[in-house]
Amino acid sequence: MTEAMTHNIENRDEFNVEINGTVGKPLIDDPKFTTRNVDVHYGDKQAIFGVDLDVGKNEVLAMIGPSGCGKSTYLRCLNRMNDTIPICKVTGDFKLDGEDIYAKNQDPVLLRSRVGIVFQKPNPFPKSIYDNVAYGARLHGLTSNRAELDDLVEKSLIRAGLFKEVKDDLHKPGTGLSGGQQQRLCIARTIAVDPEVILMDEPTSALDPIATALIEELMIELSGKYTIAIVTHSMQQAARVSSRTAYFHMGKLVEVNDTDSVFTNPEHQLTENYITGRFG
Amino acid sequence: MSTHNTDKIKAKLKKRYAKERRFRAYGIASLAISFLFLLTLMVNIFSTGLPAFQQSYIKLDIHIDAEVLGVTKASDREALFSANYSKLVKGTLKEMFPDAKTRKEKRARNKLVSNSASYDLRDHVIENPELIGTTQSFWFLAKDDVDVYMKGKIDRNLPEDDRRIKDFQLTWIDQLQEEGRLEKRFNTTFFTSGDSREPEQAGIKGALIGSLLTMLVTMALSFPIGVLAAVYLEEFAPQNNRWVDIIEININNLAAVPSIVFGLLGLAVFIALFGVPRSAPLVGGLVLTLMTLPTIIIASRAAIKSVPPSIREAALGLGASKVQTTFGHVVPLAMPGILTGSIIGMAQALGETAPLLMIGMVAFVADVPQGILDPATVMPVQIYLWSDSPERAFTERTSAAIMVLLAFLVVMNFIAVMLRKKFERKW
Repeated sequence: MTEAMTHNIENRDEFNVEINGTVGKPLIDDPKFTTRNVDVHYGDKQAIFGVDLDVGKNEVLAMIGPSGCGKSTYLRCLNRMNDTIPICKVTGDFKLDGEDIYAKNQDPVLLRSRVGIVFQKPNPFPKSIYDNVAYGARLHGLTSNRAELDDLVEKSLIRAGLFKEVKDDLHKPGTGLSGGQQQRLCIARTIAVDPEVILMDEPTSALDPIATALIEELMIELSGKYTIAIVTHSMQQAARVSSRTAYFHMGKLVEVNDTDSVFTNPEHQLTENYITGRFG
Repeated sequence: MSTHNTDKIKAKLKKRYAKERRFRAYGIASLAISFLFLLTLMVNIFSTGLPAFQQSYIKLDIHIDAEVLGVTKASDREALFSANYSKLVKGTLKEMFPDAKTRKEKRARNKLVSNSASYDLRDHVIENPELIGTTQSFWFLAKDDVDVYMKGKIDRNLPEDDRRIKDFQLTWIDQLQEEGRLEKRFNTTFFTSGDSREPEQAGIKGALIGSLLTMLVTMALSFPIGVLAAVYLEEFAPQNNRWVDIIEININNLAAVPSIVFGLLGLAVFIALFGVPRSAPLVGGLVLTLMTLPTIIIASRAAIKSVPPSIREAALGLGASKVQTTFGHVVPLAMPGILTGSIIGMAQALGETAPLLMIGMVAFVADVPQGILDPATVMPVQIYLWSDSPERAFTERTSAAIMVLLAFLVVMNFIAVMLRKKFERKW
C-alpha cells in the first residue's frame, strides 16, 4: 500500500500509454478559434507538442488532464498571456475568426479585450467593487459618461450573479468579499469589457462546493452569449458545464469529443484510465 | 499505538520550551540594551541642549544723543546707517559702571552686551528717527560669558583665576540683576538667524533652510529617478541580458561606496565640469542624490518584486498595456515599500556630512540662503562646526542643533509614514 502511494505516477503502466495523434473530433465546422501545430517551449523544456484543436462558437470547451499536462499553457496561448513570460516560446497557427492572433500587426492589448480570461485564484484589484468592474471599460473608453458606466457595472454584476449581494456595497473594496464572490467579481470584470471569448483557468479550484455550483450555473448561462474555454481538474465539472471535452496528457492532445462520449465511451485508453481514476 | 512516540516527544518538549524561553529572553535583553543606549543619548542631548533655548538679555536705558551720533531726525537713511551707535552703547555702560579703571576692566565692561546691541539700536533708529534725542529702554543680547554664568555653568566660588568671569564683572552682573535689568528669555535668535562667530548671535535658521533646500533637491531628483530606474529594471528590462546584469551589479556596488567619494565626484563633475555654484544646496542635493539613488532603487525593486503576479495578470488579461499595468497597479501597490526605502535614503542624506565637505558646504555661512544657488550649509555640518568651536556657549547650541535636526527627521518621517498609510491597502 505505502509502496504504491510513494510510487511515482510517471512510472505506472496506466500512465504510460502510447499517444499516436489525437483521436475523436478536434476539428469542427465553423469554429471560433482554430489552432494548428501548436508547440510551446519553456526554455529548453517543451510543454506542448503539436496540438490541433478548434473551439466552436458559443460552446463550452472543457480541457482536462493530469497536472503538468499543458492544458493551462495551451489556454494562455489563446489570448497571448504567455507573452508575459520571457522564457516561453509559442509556435503554430492561431486564428480567431480566421485572423492570425500571433501576426506581427496583431496588438495583444486589443486581442485581450476580445478574449478575456479568468484565473485560478480570484484576483480582484485592491479597489472598490465598482472600480474593479469599471476598470476595463475605463481602460478601453467603452462608456462616454458616468450614467453609462453605472449601467454597465450594474449589468455586468447582474450577469455575473453578484449584483444582489453587493448592490449596497459597490464602493467597498473588492478584496473584502468571500472567495466565491471575488471570483464572480472577476467574471463580472471580464464580461464588462464584452469579450467574444472567455478563457477560464481552473476558476473554481479555490472555492467551496456552493460557490462552485454558482459559478458553474453562471458558465452555462454565459455560454449563450460567449465562447468559453475552461481548464478544470474536476471531471464532474467538465461533465456538467461543457459541450465538448479535450483530454491533454504530457503536453499532447489525446482525445477531443462531445462531453457525453468522452465520459461514457472514451476512445483512447489514457482517457479511460484518467476518467476512471486510475491516475490523476 | 502512539504512546511510544508520545514519550519521546514529551522528553524533548521540555528542552524545546526552555530553548524558546531563552530565545525570548535574549530578545528582550537586546531590546533593553538598545533602549538604554537611546535613553542615555537622549538624556545627554536634552540636558545639554535645553538651556540653549533660553538666552540672557540686558536692559539698557540709552539716551539717543544726536550730538554723539552726529545726525538729526531729518538725516537721510545713509547717514543714520553709518552713525556710531556703539559709542552710545559704550557710553551708557560707562555711566552705569563708572568704577572700571584699567584697560582690561573697561574692555570687559563693553563686553557685557553683545556687539549686536549697536546694530539693534541702529535698526530701531532707522525705523523710527523720532527716537533721536529721547531716552529709551532696550533689551539687548547679553554677551555669551554673561549668558553662560546666568545658566549656572560658572561657579563663583572657584578661585578668580580659574573662571572666565572675574570678580569685578560679578559685581556688575549682581547689580544688573538687582535692578531687574538682566533676565533670561526664550531664545528667538537661535531660530531666526544664521551662523555667527558670537555664540549669542548664532542661530540654526541658515542651516535649517540649507538642509531643507538640499533635501528638496535630493527628493525631487532621487525619488523619480530611483523609482523609474527600479520600475524599468524590474518590469521592462530584458532578463538575462549582460548589460542589465552589469547595471544591476553596479547599482548594488554603489550602495556600498563611502559617501566622501560621492563628494569628490560632485566636486569634479558638478562643480569643475558643469560649473554649478560651490557650497550651494543645488550641488549638495545633486551629490546626495547620487548617494541616495542606490538605496531607493534597491528598496523599490524589492517592493515591486513583492507585488503578486496575479495583479499583473488581472490587468493584462483585461487588455491593459504594460505601462498601464505597471503604473496603474504595480507601482501603487509597491508604494509603501518604495516610500520606506525612500525614507531610509532621505534620512541618510539628511545626516550626511562627509560628501558635503568636498563641495564647500562646510564654509562659514552667516546669511540664511534664499534659494538653491545661494551658499549654504546643512545641519549636520553646522553641528560639526559648532562642536569644534572653543566658546563654552557653543556646547549647548551644538546639542540644541542636534535636537532641531532630530525634530526635522521626525517631521520628515512622519510625513512619509502618513503618505505610506495612504497608499497601504488591504488585500
